[in-house]
Amino acid sequence: MRIEGQPVIELEDVAYNYGGGELLSEVSLSLSPGSFHFLTGPSGAGKTTLLKLCYGALVPTSGQLRLFGQDRREMGRDDIATVRRRVGVVHQDCQFLDHLSVEDNIALPLSVSGRDLLAEGANLKELIGWVGLRERAKARPPELSGGERQRAALARAVIMSPDVILADEPTGNVDWEMSQRLLRLLIELNLMGKTILIATHDLALIRAAKAHVQARVLRIAARRLQLAGADL
Amino acid sequence: MKLDIKALGDLLIGDAQADRVVPPTGFTAWLTLFSAGAMAFLAVFALALSLATGRLAERWGDELARTATVRISAPEAQMAAQTAAALRVLETTTGVARARALDDAEQAALLEPWFGPDLPIDQLPVPRLIEVIETADGVDAEGLRLRLQAEVPGAVLDDHTRWRAPLVRAADRLRLLGWLSLILIGGATAAMITLAANAALAANAQVIQVLRLVGARDSYIARAFVRRFTLRALGGAAIGMVLGCLAILALPSADAAGGFLTGLGFQGWHWLWPPLVPVLAALVAFFATRAAARKTLEEMP
Repeated sequence: MRIEGQPVIELEDVAYNYGGGELLSEVSLSLSPGSFHFLTGPSGAGKTTLLKLCYGALVPTSGQLRLFGQDRREMGRDDIATVRRRVGVVHQDCQFLDHLSVEDNIALPLSVSGRDLLAEGANLKELIGWVGLRERAKARPPELSGGERQRAALARAVIMSPDVILADEPTGNVDWEMSQRLLRLLIELNLMGKTILIATHDLALIRAAKAHVQARVLRIAARRLQLAGADL
Repeated sequence: MKLDIKALGDLLIGDAQADRVVPPTGFTAWLTLFSAGAMAFLAVFALALSLATGRLAERWGDELARTATVRISAPEAQMAAQTAAALRVLETTTGVARARALDDAEQAALLEPWFGPDLPIDQLPVPRLIEVIETADGVDAEGLRLRLQAEVPGAVLDDHTRWRAPLVRAADRLRLLGWLSLILIGGATAAMITLAANAALAANAQVIQVLRLVGARDSYIARAFVRRFTLRALGGAAIGMVLGCLAILALPSADAAGGFLTGLGFQGWHWLWPPLVPVLAALVAFFATRAAARKTLEEMP
């Protein structure tokens, strides 16, 4: 895929410290519209921290972080909320409201942004069908299997038609078949022009994706971000 | 203030979807309902106390200030003559609107609370009482005293000043105490609802995290909690208010017992006050929860 336009998320020489230690150092990354990235590295290397920086949950200790052209340090809470409506996030643990149905959880971004749920009803149903959860729409999240939860989280992440989708180990709790299904959904989204960044240590998933899209593979090692080797 | 009115408007209109994002159950719901109900119940009593003592202070201050009593203590044979003489003096005294001697039945009624209903008043050396109603200008009490002393040796003028002043003071203090109690009840309600709201916010940290993740602004999250706590406080206080009013109605009537405490209650338009208690409780809850939510959300990463 050809990558054009102003970067949607840009980190320049970013460092992030936590608890007196440096988790990330001299990280530079530019996510262009429509690009597809994988982020790899051992557990605890800082993949989740980098994703959190990318959706504004953390402020860099030093360096520049720009989200849709805005300097993160100059953004207030409402600005961050606006950014999150343009960035869909899929966590490994999904993070649902367990007292709401799957359908309501998927519709949550619409309701918090004040959109008319009745008007969006058809889109919502179509999206639930797209992730294959039509039969489970009224179930509560704890009743879902790992794969169903991941697909519901993906549906919630994309319902606002965000520019960027960040996924943290989206296939961590699912079998191979389900991970392929999730990957296909993410590739479809990328083909629609969405920017994708997936943190994973699943190298087979990366290889499978590269057969379909032009993906850039990044690795975090020794607190620094680098391009992965040609074997990937 | 404009923003507050808008926030109150949003609260009344509501958002069914937003209402559901906060889990519905939990001990904070019952804590809010119970404390708002209990406080409203107490507030109704404090209100009744304030209004009743207000009425007493008014009566003792205004009505009794324009009355006086002349007591005739004379031998049985001279009682009628001295009473007539005192009435003549009173009729010609400036500032006296009217004066009349109480009859035996009225005097017996006055003594009944102390001696019972079967008091043989005609066999007892009871002084004769003359009720004096003054004009708005009032009577020169010292001048009247001197005239009575000269013309009716057994007459003693009591202008009620001696006992009226401390009673008015006591009633005023009780009224003040009632209003102070209302303020304290309001403060305690705010404190309890703040604690309950803080507990609810802390218990729902995960919910808040998810809402933020999907792009909820803090104002949206705060509104969901504020609306819930405000409506709970309104409901609890409405129940407490109704129970308080029923308890007030169940008190013995003032006519039957004739005492001060049984006069506790609402009269006439004063019944419009109790319905304001739930509204005030809701307002207290609204501002207390909003302040708690803003502070908590500000402190949350």
